[in-house]
Amino acid sequence: MSALKIKKGSTSHSAYQLRDPHAEASERHTLSVVVDNEAGVLARVIGLFSGRGYNIESLTVAEVDHTGHQSRITIVTSGTPSVIDQIQAQLGRIVPVHEVHDLTDEGPSVERELALFKVAGTGDRRVEALRLADIFRANVVDSTLESFTFELTGTPEKIDAFAELMRPLGLVEVARTGVAALSRGPQQAK
Amino acid sequence: MARQMTGAKMVVQALKDQGVDTVFGYPGGAVLPIYDELFQQNDIRHILARHEQGAVHAAEGYARSTGRPGVVLVTSGPGATNAVTGITDALMDSIPIVVLTGQVPTFMIGTDGFQEADTVGITRPCTKHNWLVKDTDALAETIHQAFHVATTGRPGPVLIDIPKDVQFASGAYVTPKQADTRHYRPRVKGDLEPIKALVEAMETARRPVFYTGGGVINSGPAASQLLRELVDATGFPVTSTLMGLGAYPGSGENWIGMLGMHGLYEANMAMHDCDLMIAVGARFDDRITGLISAFSPGSKKAHVDIDPSSINKVIHVDFPIVGDVAHVLEDLLRIWKSRGRKTDRAGVKDWWAQINDWRKKDCLSYKNASRVIKPQHALERLEALTRDHDRYITTEVGQHQMWAAQYLRFEAPNRFMTSGGLGTMGYGFPASIGVQMAHPEALVINVAGEASWLMNMQEMGTAVQYRLPVKQFILNNERLGMVRQWQQLLHGERYSQSWSEALPDFVKLAEAFGARGILCTDPADLDDAIMEMINHDGPVIFDCQVEKHENCFPMIPSGKPHNEMLLGDAATEGAIEDGGAVLV
Ligand SMILES: Cc1ncc(C[n+]2csc(CCOP(=O)(O)OP(=O)(O)O)c2C)c(N)n1
Ligand SMILES: [Mg+2]
Repeated sequence: MSALKIKKGSTSHSAYQLRDPHAEASERHTLSVVVDNEAGVLARVIGLFSGRGYNIESLTVAEVDHTGHQSRITIVTSGTPSVIDQIQAQLGRIVPVHEVHDLTDEGPSVERELALFKVAGTGDRRVEALRLADIFRANVVDSTLESFTFELTGTPEKIDAFAELMRPLGLVEVARTGVAALSRGPQQAK
Repeated sequence: MARQMTGAKMVVQALKDQGVDTVFGYPGGAVLPIYDELFQQNDIRHILARHEQGAVHAAEGYARSTGRPGVVLVTSGPGATNAVTGITDALMDSIPIVVLTGQVPTFMIGTDGFQEADTVGITRPCTKHNWLVKDTDALAETIHQAFHVATTGRPGPVLIDIPKDVQFASGAYVTPKQADTRHYRPRVKGDLEPIKALVEAMETARRPVFYTGGGVINSGPAASQLLRELVDATGFPVTSTLMGLGAYPGSGENWIGMLGMHGLYEANMAMHDCDLMIAVGARFDDRITGLISAFSPGSKKAHVDIDPSSINKVIHVDFPIVGDVAHVLEDLLRIWKSRGRKTDRAGVKDWWAQINDWRKKDCLSYKNASRVIKPQHALERLEALTRDHDRYITTEVGQHQMWAAQYLRFEAPNRFMTSGGLGTMGYGFPASIGVQMAHPEALVINVAGEASWLMNMQEMGTAVQYRLPVKQFILNNERLGMVRQWQQLLHGERYSQSWSEALPDFVKLAEAFGARGILCTDPADLDDAIMEMINHDGPVIFDCQVEKHENCFPMIPSGKPHNEMLLGDAATEGAIEDGGAVLV
């Protein structure tokens, strides 16, 4: 008999115990990260998320300061509050990262996403699609006799809602940019 | 006007300007221009390892024993991939090393050229930062930035990938002073607010404990000095992780021994029962905490760490203090003194009485034997016979590593080099080479297991070539002992693949390399054999054949809380059949 009183030959016991997932609720947060626009910086950020098992719901990136060569990466992620804190701290460790802001925590912010919807159909369905697009203030950016491509800007929820409405009307495909976000008010996020 | 020179020359110039005296490496096609430059100078010594992993561990040993960054130079492709284990090891243990890799010329990158590997891609997750330099004009500045990043904040490995055409081309050299390192400035001063709150908690704590880690050593000698002052002035007990051994002296009055999975009973019990835990440069690793939900349930916790991501990562703390250990301890001491050096003397006195009670378990006691060498006994003798030497210890990974931590005493920082975070078998031997390079006159001993030692045994060539008198003290149990122990305790005694079969004759092996081999099988010969090892002026392989089935205790089985430690056979004899009493 072993010291842990496991019967010789038994297979029911393992040394490995999975971590107790503290039953904290998962939250959705939008992070805004200012980075040097250098080779590999996006790979570092994405690698951090995949390597440590964090979620990415959406991610956008573009250079926003051409003279200073800085980009803003906007990441929508979800996790428990302690995971979100950890993500922020881990992002802060990446050498070319200058600033990390949790826009969800740091006060009011605005979020926008742009999406393109290709909807094919004729007759009543086509008219209905156009009518709904008008209500949502979507623009027609391409059309053929049996299709429209709409451009819509809004919160992710608004874009989801529009997609739901278009589905029965002949939605062919969707392209979304992911979220861009800034804090509200006159100053830079601090 | 900046000096013009080739990229290869720049590498050597930049290393000189960074104060580098030793480079560990291995040549190949993609770094030949740099090796050509090394050949034509005498300021930097190059140590030819026998495997790139060995070169990196040697650089780690150099770095950990000196506090200065270790430098590695390897070729592209297989040179770089062979270095990955060492780089990951350095990342996990926060060791500053600068790795220079050759790369195929820029115009061939992406073509699957000969010995091309995506080195920055492969090493991105295992470096603190890395760079691919595509322009010779940027090379010198990048190297200086790399040294800055490796050694600033939480230290770690960095890598610079240098395509061969960049080495041949000419560019403008910049000095370390001219290089722009402004962007990377981690904060070193801790907020005074939580430091004050911690001081107040220290004044009223009845059961305080300092829990210290490798961060104290990484912070530099001042941090260890301040820790000693603070511990001795408050009279609080102090324990340490494997990585922090030596920051507070093993002979110090308030030392209660190493904590963790194979830590001392009194140290783990103190962690479990304390009312104020002061974590300094330690990171609540799973070998330390055991079962998280039962970790030190009744304590307020303070955490001093330079890396904000270490704080609240595993354990929620009440006093988070982001800053360099030395800076924070200085403020802490100053504030505590200025408020009148208060502690709850009566409470702390009772606490010590409790700790002394736990000490009576004598958790490191073991049953000695007269016919066979017990590994613990071998280490006790090694300790006794080397204590007065200027001594540096490295280890491999396994039972012997834990016994070394338990039975050897470390009086000063930077004296104990072991792979803590990654647990890399094969670390100790090359690390001992790096340590000996940095401290030519010192007694450098690698406490090894036979299986680990074989993983980088090719470095015998390096030790002999450079006349490095490193002592390879192999506790040979002919087993992957730690694996065997887990299989015995946790896998129903099914000993799957945990034998060391077909071992070499270590004495002949030593002789084959032109070194000294010593075999010891009898406890009666042990002291003489150890003295022979110490007195031999050259590398020694010491084959210390020990009891094959000894287990390493105390042990907190994975996923158990601190107060459910298994004690050694001596203390638990009879208890196993008794049932129930085993888990103390
Ligand atoms: C590179 C690597 N592979 C596998 C392991 C898993 N492992 C941990 S300890 C150990 C056995 C080590 O045997 P030995 O070096 O003889 O030391 P002992 O435990 O017998 O003292 C193994 C295989 C490891 N830590 N590192
Ligand atoms: Mg062994």
